[in-house]
Amino acid sequence: MAVLHTTNKSPLQTRDLESCLRLTRPGCGILLLEDAVYGALKSTEAGARLAEAAKDRRIYVLGPDLAARGFTPEEVIAGVEVVDYGGFVDLVAEHHHVQAWV
Amino acid sequence: MSDTEAGEGGNRKVKRFMIVNRKAPYGTIYALEALEVVLIGAAFDQDVSLVFADDGVYQLKKGQQTKGIGQKNFSPSYRALGDYDIEKLYVERESLQARGLAPADLLVPVRVLGSAELSVLMDEQDVVLSF
Amino acid sequence: MKFGILVNEGPYQHQASDSAYQFAVAALAKGHEIYRVFFYNDGVNNANKLTEPPQDDRNITRQWSALAAEHNLDMVVCVAAGLRRGIKAEILAPGFNISGLGQLIQAGIEADRLVVFGD
Repeated sequence: MAVLHTTNKSPLQTRDLESCLRLTRPGCGILLLEDAVYGALKSTEAGARLAEAAKDRRIYVLGPDLAARGFTPEEVIAGVEVVDYGGFVDLVAEHHHVQAWV
Repeated sequence: MSDTEAGEGGNRKVKRFMIVNRKAPYGTIYALEALEVVLIGAAFDQDVSLVFADDGVYQLKKGQQTKGIGQKNFSPSYRALGDYDIEKLYVERESLQARGLAPADLLVPVRVLGSAELSVLMDEQDVVLSF
Repeated sequence: MKFGILVNEGPYQHQASDSAYQFAVAALAKGHEIYRVFFYNDGVNNANKLTEPPQDDRNITRQWSALAAEHNLDMVVCVAAGLRRGIKAEILAPGFNISGLGQLIQAGIEADRLVVFGD
């Protein structure tokens, strides 16, 4: 059973996502919520890094946080799945444990 | 998953708890209050380990002198962790190197692990508390 | 499944408490059990019944109280972190209880998953 990691800060502003990627292994899940959703956008320079990570990790972004910030699922990089809070709950249940990169 | 071992009065759950420290001390309260969690956690006979990564490695820097900022220097408490049977202290090598620090700069003996090894250890936990 | 939730940030200043609340609502809607919500660090401020946000804003403390009443949630405020910030029994909103950090460790032991919401 893989581990779910959550990160909640914009990778354009902090290095939390970078640390999360450095200290996680292929096969894990990573959920971007709150300000971390900016990291999943095609339009930012952080997007390329995440697209690379999405090759061997499952990346999720919290849709309500995306919508609140004025972005749509169409603006999210390919390979990233948009989930709602119910999906967040499912992810937590499906993984062995959750580690927050706060 | 967690081991269950027979203790007095029935089954006792032992889980692997990891406290992950990624923030520097004094600028925010997270380091101090994480330490308080560790000290309480020690009383529960769980398998507790501590990780210091990113700016969290600064929590263990020798020579902290806090008089000038009016805060209590809580760094000596890390040296007392052994008295609480908390002996698994891990520091990420990459975080140390990025900050120009060596194990000799730290006020307590630790195990230095590369990020790859540390990520394996993190995966093996049952409960991860991040501060 | 039994979830434990740790809230480490105060209301309004940070989204953590909102996210934790939305997670709790979704988990309950899916038939999961919330073993305990533990409030630590500045998260203890979520329990302050004296908070009075503007009329058109959500009242985070009341949201937690209402959820606790509806689902019989165990919501624990850390005594040490609370005292540090002036969160005492006399200003505690309904549904919140003050207890020790041991309750957090206990939640880690008893819950199937512990989810941390912080900065």
